[in-house]
Amino acid sequence: MGNFGQKVSKFIEIFIEQNGYVRVLEGLKNTLLIAVIGLIIGIVLGTLIATVRVIPKYKVLPRVLNGICSFYVGLFRGTPMVVQLLVFYYVLLPIIGVKMTGVQVSMLVFGLNSAAYISEIMRSGIMSVDAGQLEAGRAVGLSFSVSMIKIVIPQAVKNILPTLGNEFIALIKETSVVSFVGAADLYVAFNYIGSNSYEFMVPYLVMAIIYIVIVLLISGGIKLMERSLRKSDRRN
Amino acid sequence: MIDVINLEKHFGSNKILKGINITVNKGDILVVIGPSGSGKSTFLRCLNCMEDPTGGQIIFNGVDIADMKVDINIHRRHMGMVFQHFNLFSNKTVIQNIMLAPVYVQCQELRKAKRKNIITTFTNIFRGKDKKKELIPITTSKSEIKKNARDNAMQLLGKIGLQDKANVYPSTLSGGQKQRVAIVRALAMNPDVILFDEPTSALDPEMVGEVLDLMKALAKEGMTMIIVTHEMGFAREVANRVIFIDDGQILESAPPQEFFSNPKNPRLKEFLSKVLA
Repeated sequence: MGNFGQKVSKFIEIFIEQNGYVRVLEGLKNTLLIAVIGLIIGIVLGTLIATVRVIPKYKVLPRVLNGICSFYVGLFRGTPMVVQLLVFYYVLLPIIGVKMTGVQVSMLVFGLNSAAYISEIMRSGIMSVDAGQLEAGRAVGLSFSVSMIKIVIPQAVKNILPTLGNEFIALIKETSVVSFVGAADLYVAFNYIGSNSYEFMVPYLVMAIIYIVIVLLISGGIKLMERSLRKSDRRN
Repeated sequence: MIDVINLEKHFGSNKILKGINITVNKGDILVVIGPSGSGKSTFLRCLNCMEDPTGGQIIFNGVDIADMKVDINIHRRHMGMVFQHFNLFSNKTVIQNIMLAPVYVQCQELRKAKRKNIITTFTNIFRGKDKKKELIPITTSKSEIKKNARDNAMQLLGKIGLQDKANVYPSTLSGGQKQRVAIVRALAMNPDVILFDEPTSALDPEMVGEVLDLMKALAKEGMTMIIVTHEMGFAREVANRVIFIDDGQILESAPPQEFFSNPKNPRLKEFLSKVLA
C-alpha cells in the first residue's frame, strides 16, 4: 500500500499512453450494450409471457401456452447465468450451426434470462391493476390485447418501475461474467491493463468506481421516469 | 332490440341464473331490482358477455351474441356499460377516457379500408378492363377522426358541466364527477343501449342526485337503458318497466306503478316492505 502513488502512475501510463482507454471504452460499450439490449428483449418477451400467464384459462390454447411459459420461466430461473451462457455458446449454437460473436450471444442470453424474471415482475404488476380497468376497456368494445396494451400494461409498468430498475441494475452488474464466452466487457479491459502492469489494485478499483457511477446514473434516471409517470396519481 | 331467451349462467355447480326470458324494446327503461346475491348483476353482465352465459340466447340487433363464435367486441360498441366503481382509465385524462374507444375503432376501420384498397389495386392489375373493382372511398384521416372525437367529447363534457376538467386525471375528480364522466364515456360510442350496474351504490349520498339527474336526462332523450339499482324512488319515477330477480329467476315484471303499489309475488312483497320501510 506504501507506494500507492507509484501504482496510480503506472495505471495512468498504461491507461493513456498504451491506449488502455480504448479497451476500456470498448468494454464499457459492450457492457452497456449487453445490458440495454438484454433489458429490451427481456421487457418485450417478459411482458408477453406475463400476459399469457394472466389470460383466463378455461380454453385449451391458453392452458398449453401457460404451461410452456411456466416451463420457460422455471428453466431460466433455475440455472445460473454463466451456465446459460456456456450452454448457448458451446452447446446450442454449434448444434444448430449458427455463428454468433460472444457479445451477440450475451445479448441474447441476457435477454432470455431477464425475460424470465421480468415476466414474474410484470405479472405481479398486471395483477396489481384493478380488474375493473380491463373490464371497462372490454366494455367499450376494445379487444383483450388492445385493452392490455393501452390501459393495463401502462399502469402495471408504473407500479413495477422500481423493481424493473432493480432488474436493469442487476443486469449491468451481471455482465461481468460475459468474458466466459469471449465478450470483451469492462472486466476484460481492466484485467488487460492489470496483467500488462502486473498491478491489479488500481485497475480493479477504477472498475468498481465505474460500475457504481453507472448504477447511480441509472437509479437517478429511473427516479425521474417514475416521477413523470406518477402524474396521473397526483391530486393537484 | 334485445331478446333474452332462457339465459342461464352457472359457476361450476353453482347456478346463478336459471332461465331468464325478457325482451327490451328501443326506448325502454328497464330497472332490475332484487336482494344481493340474487343474480341481478350477473344478469346485466351476461347481457354484454362480460360473463359468458352458459346457456340460452341473447339476440341483440338480430345477432345471438351469446354464441362464442360472434366477435363480441363489435357488438359491445353498441352497448355501453357503466360500472359501480366507475372504472375510468386511471392512466388517461378525462378527455382521453372519452376519446379512446371512438378514435381507436374509427382508426381501425380506416386502416382496414386502406388495406383492402391496396389489395384491390393490386388485383385490379390482373383484371380485365371492364372488370376492375371499385376502391373504397376514403373520406377521412386519422387527424380528422381525432378532431371530431375531441369535439364530440368536449360537447358531451359540456352537457355535464365538466369541460374545465377535460385535461385532468380521474384521480382528482369526486365520485359523482367520475360516474358522470363514465356515463359520457359510454355515450361517446353512440350506443343503442346502456347498461348500468348499480351506478350510485359507491357514491356519497350527496352525489347520488347529480348522477341520477344525468340518467333522467338521458331517459328523456329516449336512450334505451337497463339499470340495476337500489334507488326505488328513481325506479318508480323513470322506469317504464321494473323486474324483480331473486334466486336467478324473474319473479315479477310490471310497470312501476303496479310493481310498487300492487306487488303480487310474496317474495317481492317481503322485499319491498323491507326496503321501503
